[in-house]
Amino acid sequence: MSVNTIKCECGHINHEGTVLCEACGKPIKGNQHLDGNDDQRVLEMRYDGSARRSKTYKRTFIDKTWAFFSSVKVGVWLIVITLIFSALGTIYPQEPFKNSPLPASQFYETEYGLTGKIFYQLGFHNMYDSWWYIILVAMIGISLVICSLDRYIPLRRALKNQKIKRHPTFVKRQRVVSSTDKLSDENYQTIKERLKKKRYKIKEEDGHLFAEKNRFSRWGPYVNHIGLIVILTAAILRMFDVMHVDDYVWVREGETRVIPGTNQEYYIKNENFSYDFFDAEEDEDIRFREALKNANGPIPKDFQTDAIIYKVKGETVIGEEPELEEIKRGQIRVNHPIQFDGYSLYQAGNQMDSEYDQISFKINGENDQELGKFTFDTDEAPYQIELDNGMIVRVDDYYPQLEFTDKGPSSFSKFPRNPGIIFSVLNEGEEEGDRFFYLGEDIISLSDESTLTMSVTDIEKRSASGLTVKKDYSLPFFLIGAIIFMIGVVQGLYWYHRRIWIHPTENEYLVGSHTNKNWFGMKKELDEIFEGTEFNEFKDQSELK
Amino acid sequence: MDFYEISSSLLSISFFIYLIAVVFFGAILGKKRDERQKSKLTTIGIILTIIGFIAQVASFIFRWMEAGHIPVSNMFEFIYFFSMCLIFAFLLIHFIYRYSIMGIVALPIAIVLIGYGSVFPTEVTPLVDSLQSNWLYIHVTTVALAQAILSISFVAGLLYLIVKVNQEVRSKETSYLELIMYFVVSVIAFVVLSFSFGAADYEAVFNLPENGDYNEISYTLPALIGPTDSELATTDHFYTGIEAPSFLNGAEAARKFNSLIWSLLTGLVLYGLLRLLTRKRIGAYLQNKFGKVNPDVVDDILYRAIAIGFPLFTLGGLIFAAIWAQEAWGRFWGWDPKEVWALITWLFYAAFLHLRLARGWHGKKSAWLAVIGFAIIMFNLIVVNLVISGLHSYA
Ligand code: HEM
Repeated sequence: MSVNTIKCECGHINHEGTVLCEACGKPIKGNQHLDGNDDQRVLEMRYDGSARRSKTYKRTFIDKTWAFFSSVKVGVWLIVITLIFSALGTIYPQEPFKNSPLPASQFYETEYGLTGKIFYQLGFHNMYDSWWYIILVAMIGISLVICSLDRYIPLRRALKNQKIKRHPTFVKRQRVVSSTDKLSDENYQTIKERLKKKRYKIKEEDGHLFAEKNRFSRWGPYVNHIGLIVILTAAILRMFDVMHVDDYVWVREGETRVIPGTNQEYYIKNENFSYDFFDAEEDEDIRFREALKNANGPIPKDFQTDAIIYKVKGETVIGEEPELEEIKRGQIRVNHPIQFDGYSLYQAGNQMDSEYDQISFKINGENDQELGKFTFDTDEAPYQIELDNGMIVRVDDYYPQLEFTDKGPSSFSKFPRNPGIIFSVLNEGEEEGDRFFYLGEDIISLSDESTLTMSVTDIEKRSASGLTVKKDYSLPFFLIGAIIFMIGVVQGLYWYHRRIWIHPTENEYLVGSHTNKNWFGMKKELDEIFEGTEFNEFKDQSELK
Repeated sequence: MDFYEISSSLLSISFFIYLIAVVFFGAILGKKRDERQKSKLTTIGIILTIIGFIAQVASFIFRWMEAGHIPVSNMFEFIYFFSMCLIFAFLLIHFIYRYSIMGIVALPIAIVLIGYGSVFPTEVTPLVDSLQSNWLYIHVTTVALAQAILSISFVAGLLYLIVKVNQEVRSKETSYLELIMYFVVSVIAFVVLSFSFGAADYEAVFNLPENGDYNEISYTLPALIGPTDSELATTDHFYTGIEAPSFLNGAEAARKFNSLIWSLLTGLVLYGLLRLLTRKRIGAYLQNKFGKVNPDVVDDILYRAIAIGFPLFTLGGLIFAAIWAQEAWGRFWGWDPKEVWALITWLFYAAFLHLRLARGWHGKKSAWLAVIGFAIIMFNLIVVNLVISGLHSYA
């Protein structure tokens, strides 16, 4: 592609597609249509009439794609479409939030009827990670990059090449202008002083004056768009599993477990799990009495796991217990995760008193005299227990989670959630003794003519703490993106790029002014600067048309 | 008197002071009074607003002391805080622009909001564990402040439309403007109804069979629409016998639907009365009253409010929210409905900025966009909280 150039009468060589000469601002004949200029109206000063690729080349497929994505109209449409779809996705809960054992294919129809069925069939139940939603967001990203490049490069060139001395047409056809046929030197100096006070940078040449301030604010949008691109890139990176660990582990009180997602490198011990609910009877919570009465169910106050984190020392040999080294000890609470080597553990779930830890029994003989006591530990689940008086309690059967099936008692799982135990109590040397069945926190005697009685004296339960394991390498990228975005937004929104030209011609002095936004403020500032001088009142030419 | 009672009384006081302030602001309307008188009325209006604001802040602080945590954790508290921010934003704009006519729109909106918020349970509630974080303070307060400042753009936009929409002939624009007026009147109707029937301890109970048992649903407004497949238990109460359509699922949906119908119907009656009294479109009536307003200033306030509100909302509603979600749940973004709506709000105002900067949407177009923006914020506050439940659901 040959790059044609346009030479302006001021001598500056402009790129093909330039609308206003970069140096003097004279409208370039034949290109005015590109920005929709006509002779009667004020100049279209967006991007200073620079040559934008999207407006210049419209021939090839690439040109057309470029032009498509660099259009703000398209960008806004993409944003609005994303917005509308995002909203539609909240009509019913997304699949992960549906909170029901029903599969999605049934859930939406059963719960919400026909509209729910449509919601499901359109795929709205998994909207935010559906391919078309991701494509929408990606298109916004592409649009961001292209529109920024399309404008930033020519705009920067135009602002760099601008000359102090402009073409009279350029000044005359600015939006807010003024003129006078004479200007005293004293007033000229006053104007200069006032401009300086308002932090304008002033340049003069042959009686022409050019005052400019806050050019950097023009880069604000490009900076914030870069921030957004960093965030989108981080989101893409995060789609790869290596960027983050997401796992879940249940740890019982007293238990030590390997932490999943850490390559078997870390272990956690749950020393103690405590929990606390708001209680209207308690002094401290009395002020919430009304609310607690109205609440359905207890309101949790705090959950806390006292944890010890271990790291495996040296190489582990398969099949052998690894050697553990304590690296951290602390509490895990909601909102207060524990952190170690880039991993975080969050308090996420709880199973309160869900398992039996220790059950204590007592054996009485005839006349209710006590023969012995023992404690059954569900973790050890011993085969037999020797009592102090020499009697032996044999554990014939142990069902951690007892249930009865057609074939008799069996265990549903290996977790002691509802233990059932069958004991035989034997005197020394005996083979057969009295049998007892512990079930449902009670004792049933299985021998008809037993002289012994067995009873439960104490039950200790334990809770399990559910912890999410997280490690996310993408977080810093998101944070950096967010910071860049904020900087760019502030840079672009709180400063305005303002320029003022004083242009002497043979018979008058012209003033033209330009701001990229907030004309209201600009007019106020102009009035303050030119007040009391010979200049006529400023005219907003856009109002005239 | 304990802190809670002090707080409640102060809130009532500030509510009435705002009402009186509106009267003073309202009195500057019309063409009859001279400038000096007008500026005097304005000064009184502003002073009253400031006193009301101080009372509201004091009320807020007492409630804070009572609860032991910042009171922004349920529907009542959030709306109440939001209205406080709205008054604050109005005062701020007033001191920048000295443009008190904004008060005639801003104060009634704050008053209606306080009224609306007071319909919800007002007792102090404990903070569930996941809300016990400093980020709650930071996140919720910045979001509320940002939304209040964005709402100022609506106030300006509405003012702009009242003054600028051509009322000579009926058009789409006049109709939409009337629709806004009708909504405002309906919210007032809702508040008035809730309080009147609340004061009379009205309660009609419905029995809804559920799993062989009964679920009791109590209506605090007479039942125009009952829950599907239910039976009125308190038979001496009024009931039309019309049941809610079955797609309105859940026990509460029918009751909310009933309240909505009541509000819209009563709103219609009120609106009709206003039309009869003024013999004009409300918009035309107001336009007449407002007389001369500098549209450039109003447009500038509108834009300035968004220029301040947008970055603040980004910070509070997205960035702080994400940081807190990361702390509390280990995921900084989870597509929870509340989060999605924050994103929608953000995208909308981003679109606004682009349309204004790059496509030159100023004046009336901007004003309509500001109205839509406010509708999104209110939708987020009311509908998302009450209807679309999620992790953030308050009620
Ligand atoms: C969610 C996505 C986006 C956000 C949050 C965003 C944000 C912004 C902001 C805050 C501004 C400054 C506005 C002002 O100063 O008043 C801006 C300007 C701009 N944005 Fe975006 N933007 C987004 C997407 C896009 C897209 C997709 C395009 C592509 C067409 C685009 C094109 C522009 C342009 C052309 C400007 C004006 C630059 C100038 O005239 O100096 N933006 N953007």
